[in-house]
Amino acid sequence: MKTLFTAMFCALLTTPLASAQSFPQAEPKAPSQTQDVQDVLQSQRALIEESSRRTIGPAIEALAGSGLPQVPRVLEAWQAKDMWQRKSDGLFFAGEKAADAQYRLTDFSDGEVIGTYPKEDLSQIKPNSGIRAMIATALVRFQLSDPDPSRRAAALDSLARDPQAGLLDPLRVSIDGETDPDLLARKQRLERLMTVSFGATTGERVAAIEHMSGDLGVDFRGTLNPILTTRRIVTETGENSVVAGNVAAELVPGGDELSLQAAYDLLVDQGRAPAMVTKQARDAALAANIRDGRVGGLPVHTLSSDLSRDTAYDALVATGLAEPRVTTSDVAEAVARHRFVDVYADPDPRVTTAAAAALNASQTRVTLGQAADLGLDALSLASIYFLAAIGLAITFGVMGVINMAHGEFIMMGAYTGYVVQQFVTNHTASILLAVPLAFAVTFAAGVALERLVIRWLYHRPLETLLATFGVSIALQQLAKNIFGTQARPLTAPGWLDGAWVINDVVAISYIRIAIFALALIFLGLFLFIMKRTRLGLETRAVTQNPRMAASMGINPDRVNMLTFGLGSGIAGIAGVVIGLFAKVTSEMGGDYIVQSFMTVVVGGVGNIWGTLAGAAMIGGFQKGVEWLNPSNTLAAQTYMIVFIIIFIQFRPRGIIALKGRAAGD
Amino acid sequence: MHRSFIARNPSILIFLSLLGLFTLGVTVLSEGFGVGVISTSFVKTLGKTLCLCLIAVAMDLIWGYAGILSLGHFAFFGLGGYMIGMWLMYERTRQIVAGALSDGALPPTPEEVQAAIGNQIFGVVGGSDLPLIWTFANSLTVQLALVVLVPGLFALVFGWLAFRARVTGVYLSILTQAMTLGLALYLFQNASGLRGNNGLSGLQNLPGVDLPQSVVSLWFFWASALALGLGYLLAAWLVAGKFGSVIRGIRDNEARVRFLGYSVEGYKLAIFTLTACLAGIAGALYYPQAGIINPAEVAPIASIYLAVWVAIGGRGRLYGAVIGTAFVSLMSSWFTGGQAPDVTLGGYTIKWVDWWLVLLGLSFVAVTLYAPRGIAGALDRLTGNRRRKAS
Amino acid sequence: MSTLLEVSGVTVSFDGFRAINNLSFRIEGAELRAVIGPNGAGKTTFMDIVTGKTRPDSGQVRYGDKSMSLIGMSEAKIAQAGIGRKFQKPTVFEDQTVQANLLMALRKPRGALAVLLYRPDAPDLDRVAELAGEIGLGEHLDRLSGELSHGQKQWLEIGMLLAQDPKLLLVDEPAAGMTPAEREKTTAILVEAARTRAVVVVEHDMEFVRRLNCKVTVLHEGAVLAEGSLDHVTKNQDVIDVYLGR
Repeated sequence: MKTLFTAMFCALLTTPLASAQSFPQAEPKAPSQTQDVQDVLQSQRALIEESSRRTIGPAIEALAGSGLPQVPRVLEAWQAKDMWQRKSDGLFFAGEKAADAQYRLTDFSDGEVIGTYPKEDLSQIKPNSGIRAMIATALVRFQLSDPDPSRRAAALDSLARDPQAGLLDPLRVSIDGETDPDLLARKQRLERLMTVSFGATTGERVAAIEHMSGDLGVDFRGTLNPILTTRRIVTETGENSVVAGNVAAELVPGGDELSLQAAYDLLVDQGRAPAMVTKQARDAALAANIRDGRVGGLPVHTLSSDLSRDTAYDALVATGLAEPRVTTSDVAEAVARHRFVDVYADPDPRVTTAAAAALNASQTRVTLGQAADLGLDALSLASIYFLAAIGLAITFGVMGVINMAHGEFIMMGAYTGYVVQQFVTNHTASILLAVPLAFAVTFAAGVALERLVIRWLYHRPLETLLATFGVSIALQQLAKNIFGTQARPLTAPGWLDGAWVINDVVAISYIRIAIFALALIFLGLFLFIMKRTRLGLETRAVTQNPRMAASMGINPDRVNMLTFGLGSGIAGIAGVVIGLFAKVTSEMGGDYIVQSFMTVVVGGVGNIWGTLAGAAMIGGFQKGVEWLNPSNTLAAQTYMIVFIIIFIQFRPRGIIALKGRAAGD
Repeated sequence: MHRSFIARNPSILIFLSLLGLFTLGVTVLSEGFGVGVISTSFVKTLGKTLCLCLIAVAMDLIWGYAGILSLGHFAFFGLGGYMIGMWLMYERTRQIVAGALSDGALPPTPEEVQAAIGNQIFGVVGGSDLPLIWTFANSLTVQLALVVLVPGLFALVFGWLAFRARVTGVYLSILTQAMTLGLALYLFQNASGLRGNNGLSGLQNLPGVDLPQSVVSLWFFWASALALGLGYLLAAWLVAGKFGSVIRGIRDNEARVRFLGYSVEGYKLAIFTLTACLAGIAGALYYPQAGIINPAEVAPIASIYLAVWVAIGGRGRLYGAVIGTAFVSLMSSWFTGGQAPDVTLGGYTIKWVDWWLVLLGLSFVAVTLYAPRGIAGALDRLTGNRRRKAS
Repeated sequence: MSTLLEVSGVTVSFDGFRAINNLSFRIEGAELRAVIGPNGAGKTTFMDIVTGKTRPDSGQVRYGDKSMSLIGMSEAKIAQAGIGRKFQKPTVFEDQTVQANLLMALRKPRGALAVLLYRPDAPDLDRVAELAGEIGLGEHLDRLSGELSHGQKQWLEIGMLLAQDPKLLLVDEPAAGMTPAEREKTTAILVEAARTRAVVVVEHDMEFVRRLNCKVTVLHEGAVLAEGSLDHVTKNQDVIDVYLGR
């Protein structure tokens, strides 16, 4: 019965196969008789068909180790799920979809097309992701010498991600034939790194480590760290207490490295000492032994302090109902009976010594690098503050007008940029267009504000402050009504993406360099306008003595209007720039207004160099505090404000103070 | 002979009578003790408005009378709220925790209760221990004292530094703004020990009082009215006498007062600290009615709105500050609450929820330009009150 | 009478400009003194130094029976020690009544707490009324001082100085912008005041100085050029050079 059933089943299965074979569309090609890649594949056929991550290793190794030229092609096809097996004879081919359910097969050995088959006649080899990763590793040794440089680069990436001892030799071999200088440098560097990990002799490894000592690369530190990881070993003290392995340090319990409690916990973990009776354990024991409202001789309602609970527990211990407590002296005694030793993962002391020294040297240079990086960060933050504050320095410093809507002018500039990008899709062109347009828009807004409001409030600074604050509320809400509360993007041109990477520690994004450059341009522009143009001359005259200036034919109204427009226009440009790296929202002005005022006040009113110094100081201080307390930028800003309040004690008029009558007492 | 300052200023008695009548009216119309025309939430809104009026009186003292435009008084308001909030939150949590722990087999130890409270309050910021500043949170007396002491000391230190350096005018305004920004940023940190941006919540529940909110809200309403009445009286007394003369003198000509032999810095510090204490009390009454306090409350914008209220009401007159604050803050909640009817203008509908702030901002500009004495100035002209000309 | 104020060898400069150059000056306890000099001679800066507004770079300022040094004292402390100052522009508190202005100036404890608890008693009010009478404002006690005429404001300010009861009065151009009748009255007030205290009047107007009929100190480029009666100094060749041409 069973036999019959099996026979029927087989017949059922073979029928379509047989019918497929009867189609004369393809002549099966016999495999060549010399040792070729198909033989290797066939020898591993069972494993390949099984396609299990656990067992596939030897199959891949056999292929990769055969030394046949076609191996990379096979591995790549396999990895890409393009390897098919012909059901009729079990041979493997590279397959390619020709039409619906039709696959064109290519022979691995000579690359010839052998014909097109229906899908039913074939079975696809589908390696899972684990196997594909193993194939990728096996491929590396071939790809390292691939004629295509991009594939060599990809192989190096893969090797750097997952270095393996077996690939050190292929890498070394591939260095000789390397023609591309960049790739050559990378190969040589990787060779050194892999020698550190996998070098055959101690001397070779130490030499590699010393060769790279002090290197800043993350990869180098990443290579050294596993060598220097330690494992904590506990042994009993006594005559035969010899610690096997490469000892990093012998720890003294109760010292800085290992507290007495931590040492005891280690003993408990390893089963070398009884666990402490925790409060939870004590309370659980008490709760379990309540009899008629009493436990350990005490009424339950009295057990509302640790002292009475301890007493009750001790009573339970005395009657054998609970484990005895581990006392302080027990702990000390148990710890004293043991040695606590840290042992390096790498057994070779010469390697670990060299690695520790090299890592130390790297660390020192990394710290220096970080300081440099921080300096660059502070510089770019200072540039941002300077850009945000320079317009304010003009309106506040030169005209003595507090413009609380300054932040909203920054916002208007940013939204102008956003609107321009809706119409001009080329990012470079749109930014180049947005900058003058933002200036024009905010210049006009500034002139309007000056004519309609500020003109009437000269010499009443507090009321100017309030009125412009009203304008600020209205503008902010207006922007919200028009653009919504959602943040709008202002996209930087592609050539500003990325960063100038000096090494693995020091890097600065191009956009920050651009901001720095822009800040310098504005500084130059401001100096030029104030020192070299008619407007600058008239502005300075009106600032110093409005009546005298008026009597000399200068129209103070016009000068005030233009100066205010200029300050506002610069705020608009700053808005475009700030919008490039921060989100454009209706509230973005508020983020900069207080900092901008601080910059002007700390720097000293009425002096552009003061504004520059103020921006540098505030930016530097903020980054400095962030460095000391990296997780907390809020704290940095809090400290900055405290610092400013204290700073004003010593220099009430700012870093660069005007003296005499111009300062206006 | 000099008559009593109340007799010389009829506005004080008028104000106190109106406040009394208002309190009585709200009580009669409330849900808790009266006919129920005014909802409990509106009683809370009115009570909060009274607290805002109290801080506005403080603002008027410091700005309208002493001429120091502080853009940071909401920092003190918020600190007062935090101080009372600590007790409210601690005590209520303690009661809940004690209830939960009493179900265990053993009566809880004080340490267990403390740990559970810490866990309950600070779990949300990933902590479990009560920070040191909560040491006295279990004592209502101490926290009530801190309501006045913490803002007062904060103002004293800040004011001492600022006035000593002779920072004046807009510089001082900006510095006070930086002060409140600094405080807000500090409170936003979880490490501040005041639950970071979560703030303190559940403050509307009075621990140990098992009465409906309709009743509790009236208690706070009465307390707010009383505080406003007393605060107003205190402020009126201060400005009516020679002290008032001196601080108004400082506003109008600081140097002259100095050469008269008065220590201007000392007076400024005194009035700054005193108004900070008043603001702290106002905040301590406000936040239990609001139910929650978080660092955004002390952001610079809040203090600027305070200046807006006082300016619209008319600074340099205490009733002006109260009128302006009550008027603008109630208008704000009316407009932004969506109750104001939308206006259709030729195809475009003005939604007041969106446009109220634009209107407020522009009317504020208009008030500054055309009516620097605010609503109270208009009132004065109506009643023919002889007053100073605009300076 | 002994020396009340002695300024010796004082120098002060702003950004390299020497406003006061090795100036020495002294005045007796009850004396009227006029200080004259062209613009920029350092008259105002001299007052700033004595009242504590400006700190000299070098030199000494000694004051009173005990010859205490005024350098480093705050403006308020110096004022409390008995030095009163009247500014060039009339600066009274326009928002407040004449009475409130005078009460504020009256010699009483200046501490915040004392001021807070202060209530004017009958003698104080009488003293204020008496002072107001002396400066011709007896009828105007309840008026806002902002409503007064220019001359009345000047008198009110002098009245406030007198209310302070200072030992030394520094008066900056008291007659500027006054009618001839007002000038006469001002002269009388100052001369009367100088009977019991030292009064230093800084003035441009020679006619007014002549009427004061007192010793004159001429300042030039931050130093004393000449000192003596008006007739004496107007004959001094240096003074003539400075005033009439160079």
